Amino acid sequence: MSYSVTDPSPLSRWIAGVTVVLYAMITLLPLLWIIATGFKSPEDSIAYPPKVIFEPSLEGYVNLFTTRTRISEEEQATPPPAETWYERIAREQGQSIAGPSRYGERFVNSVIIGFGSTFLCMVLGTAAAYAFSRFRVPLRDDLMFFILSTRMMPPIAVAIPIFLMFRQLGLNDTHLGMILLYTAVNLSLSVWLLKGFIDEIPVEYEEAALIDGYTRFQAFTKVVLPQAATGIASTAIFCLIFAWNEYAFAVLLTSGTAQTAPPFIPTIIGVGGKDWPAVAAGATIFLVPVMVFTILLRKHLLRGITFGAVRK
Amino acid sequence: MVKSTITRAAHATPEPVAARVRGLSDRAIAWIFVAPTLFLLLAVNIFPLIWTIRLSFTNYRVNRPNRDIEWIGLRNYERILTDADVWQTMQATAHFLIWTIVLQVLIGFALAWLINSKFRSSNFWTTVIVLPMMLSPAVVGNFWTFLYQPQIGLFNHAVAFFTGVDPASFSMIGDVHLAPWAIVIADTWMWTPFVMLICLAGLRSIPASIYEAAECDRASKWRQFWTITVPMVLPFLMLAVLFRGIENFKMFDLVVQLTGGGPGNTTTLTSIDLKREAFERWRTGYASAYAVILFVTVFGLASIYVKALNKVKER
Repeated sequence: MSYSVTDPSPLSRWIAGVTVVLYAMITLLPLLWIIATGFKSPEDSIAYPPKVIFEPSLEGYVNLFTTRTRISEEEQATPPPAETWYERIAREQGQSIAGPSRYGERFVNSVIIGFGSTFLCMVLGTAAAYAFSRFRVPLRDDLMFFILSTRMMPPIAVAIPIFLMFRQLGLNDTHLGMILLYTAVNLSLSVWLLKGFIDEIPVEYEEAALIDGYTRFQAFTKVVLPQAATGIASTAIFCLIFAWNEYAFAVLLTSGTAQTAPPFIPTIIGVGGKDWPAVAAGATIFLVPVMVFTILLRKHLLRGITFGAVRK
Repeated sequence: MVKSTITRAAHATPEPVAARVRGLSDRAIAWIFVAPTLFLLLAVNIFPLIWTIRLSFTNYRVNRPNRDIEWIGLRNYERILTDADVWQTMQATAHFLIWTIVLQVLIGFALAWLINSKFRSSNFWTTVIVLPMMLSPAVVGNFWTFLYQPQIGLFNHAVAFFTGVDPASFSMIGDVHLAPWAIVIADTWMWTPFVMLICLAGLRSIPASIYEAAECDRASKWRQFWTITVPMVLPFLMLAVLFRGIENFKMFDLVVQLTGGGPGNTTTLTSIDLKREAFERWRTGYASAYAVILFVTVFGLASIYVKALNKVKER
């Protein structure tokens, strides 16, 4: 490596490294605390002072996925044999498992709505981005700005008429309604990002394909789409994460059948006060997939969060 | 020669259909590709917006559908703009906006500057720092209430560890003076990496040759920082502020889970207030006018800001 006068000295580099690592540790602490709390027993989770070292327990996870009833004293004296490990954990708390909780359903709703809206968003977004990138669409810049501006509205502000509209159409609290809504919310992101990715593919490839007798549509599906695959994949992950995390619309427009996990997790309560290990367990299961995706996405992160404005 | 199935199918296809498949003009494809997106955005954004504007001139209430809807002109707007509670909400929002942006810009820029010295494994740590911002604000905000608990909360104990005050003596989300800072801290924790990433991109866009030239001219490091680094990163920084500004003006999920707007009205940001008017008090017409005012404010401020940003870019 060539020496440059502008390179920072080894000492300043070392100081920079230590400071950044320190910041990273502090910033990571709340996340680690969520994961750790999920494995604490309810008593340990509210210990004073907070326990850093504790005996791991799966009570939080059992409480998250089940509803339980208290066992009466006489039943406790002659308990029926506990058949499964989770039944045994519940027994230790003097409880018996009555059935599954709502968390599983809510998580599945999040998956259905997240993936459904992402798929729809990618189909519509790729087509629109291709058209904006390659054809002279009248008022192109105005339309692109209009698409972006839909993102500026506070969700609560559009929620009132959407609530009325959905009620009229019978879409309130349905998967289809939420999928359409999240698709519309994410379209601005997908169109802007994908246009950037498609702009980077040389037009000459398609021109060659057209000369070889492909139709425009074939050139799009057989030449452009494979070339844009990485861009499409990372855009899809961004759309998925935003739909996954969305809260405002979910809390206003869903209550039962189509409720996603973010409005549900804060409502988890235990007997006599909040069951923090269960909340933390629910949060962990919900957040960890996003952390994994973030690490996978790290190369395109900047581009995604700025709608393609900063490309590095 | 035996004709293949495909050729036979092609010949069997009626001429107009074949022509359409073969020869869709570019213009037709452009419209077919763009139309669904525009249609959906019109249906889910513009149509509701127009509906909101219409409702804002009425006294309509969702929970009383049988009552006659009266046109009351600008009275909703008048009531909102003269309401002291609304102004308090605006103040809370301004406090939140200004402080989150100041802190995130300072910390984010400093971090980016440190990371840019490219110490070993800096890429790994950058990814670690970025994690909070991708998570669900509602779920994280809910958990921050646990961190802020007076006796058992990690945050209070961390403060106690460094300052020596009793961790049970203060409550970040229960105290009227501390609650506005509680939401600023949580938001700063979450979104500083966003500013950092954009600043980092700005710093990396500066060619090393400029610094080398400055070094030859014997400009001090201090001077280089203010005359090269800062002006070159400024457009990026302003873009980051634009994004954070719009996002935090809309802020709902994190804060509603963290404090619910309390104690009193101290952390009731405009979105939270709007949600109460629209979905708890069901004053639909009034809330619609409120929404229009917010939207006009965001749009107005954003367009003025973008003009300023473009001027900085041109320089």
